[in-house]
Amino acid sequence: MKWGIVRFPGSNCDQDLYHVIRYILGQKATYLWHKDTDLQNCDIIALPGGFSYGDYLRCGAIARFSPIMQEVLAHASRGGPIIGICNGFQVLCESQLLPGALIRNRTLHFVCQHVHLLGEGPALKQTKLYVPIAHGEGCYYNSPDGLKKLEYENQILLRYCSPQGTITEEDNPNGSLNNIAAICSPNRRIWGMMPHPERACEAALGSTDGLTLFRCFLQQISTA
Amino acid sequence: MMKAKVLVTPKQGILDPQGVAVQHAMSQLGMSCVTEARVGKVIELTFTGENEQKTREKLDQLCQELLSNPVVEDYHILWEGKTA
Repeated sequence: MKWGIVRFPGSNCDQDLYHVIRYILGQKATYLWHKDTDLQNCDIIALPGGFSYGDYLRCGAIARFSPIMQEVLAHASRGGPIIGICNGFQVLCESQLLPGALIRNRTLHFVCQHVHLLGEGPALKQTKLYVPIAHGEGCYYNSPDGLKKLEYENQILLRYCSPQGTITEEDNPNGSLNNIAAICSPNRRIWGMMPHPERACEAALGSTDGLTLFRCFLQQISTA
Repeated sequence: MMKAKVLVTPKQGILDPQGVAVQHAMSQLGMSCVTEARVGKVIELTFTGENEQKTREKLDQLCQELLSNPVVEDYHILWEGKTA
C-alpha cells in the first residue's frame, strides 16, 4: 500500500504521520502538496492534523477547494480509501465526504489530553483505546436525522468513554453529540477522527493504541 | 460598485458556547435582561457592479458552498445597493 499524505499550508501533523506509516507500519508514503493535481498512484490518502489555511472562515472550509482535494474527491468516488485525522476530519466533513460538522468545543477551551475511546462497528468492535486529542473545534454535530442514519448504518467508529469503557457525559471532552469521536462513510472506506493515532504508536509516547487504529483501518479497507 | 454584507449565524438549536459566554458576561455587567446571545460573523464584500443579477446568484451559491456551512449555520445577505 502506498500512502499519500496531503500537506496544506498550516498542516502540522504530516511528519508524525509519515514517520508512523513509513517506519512503524513499514508501508510506502509520500507527501502530496495542496496545489498538486496528481495523487501519484497512492492507494490511501491521508489528511493530517493542523490548521489548514489558518483555519480561516471555518476549519477545513478553504482546504476543501484546493486543487489536490478535487483529486481526493475523485479518488473517493472510485471507492478509494481515505483517513482524516483532526483537521483532516474537519476537511472531510466540509467536503461532504463524511456527514455532519465539527464546531467549537462546548467549553471554548482548546483540549489537549489523552482520552479513553470505545470502538464499535465491524472494524473496531468493542476495542478500548487510549489516544490523545488536541483541538479547539472538535464538537461533532449532526442533525437528529443525520445522527439516526449514522447509528443505523453503523458508521460510528469511536466514542469518548470512561476508563472502564462506559459512555458518559463526564468523559465527553468537547460536547460531541452521542460522544462521537470518529465516524466512517457508508462504504466504510473513508474514516474521520478527532483523536491523533499517529501520536500513540510507540511505547515511549505513552500508548501504542494508535497502531491498533491504523491496523483496523487497513484491515477494513482490505475487506470492504 | 456594489456592496453586500453576509451575516453568518449558528443555526437555532445548535450549541453556541461563545454566545453563552457573551450572555453571561453581559449579565455580569448589568444587563441581566439579555436572555440569549448568538455569535456569528460578518463578511463585507465589494463588487465591481457589473452583471448585477449574475453576481447576486453566484453570491447566493457561494454562501451555501463556502461562506457558511449549511449543516450548522444560516446566512443572510444584506445588499447595500449600487453606489456608482
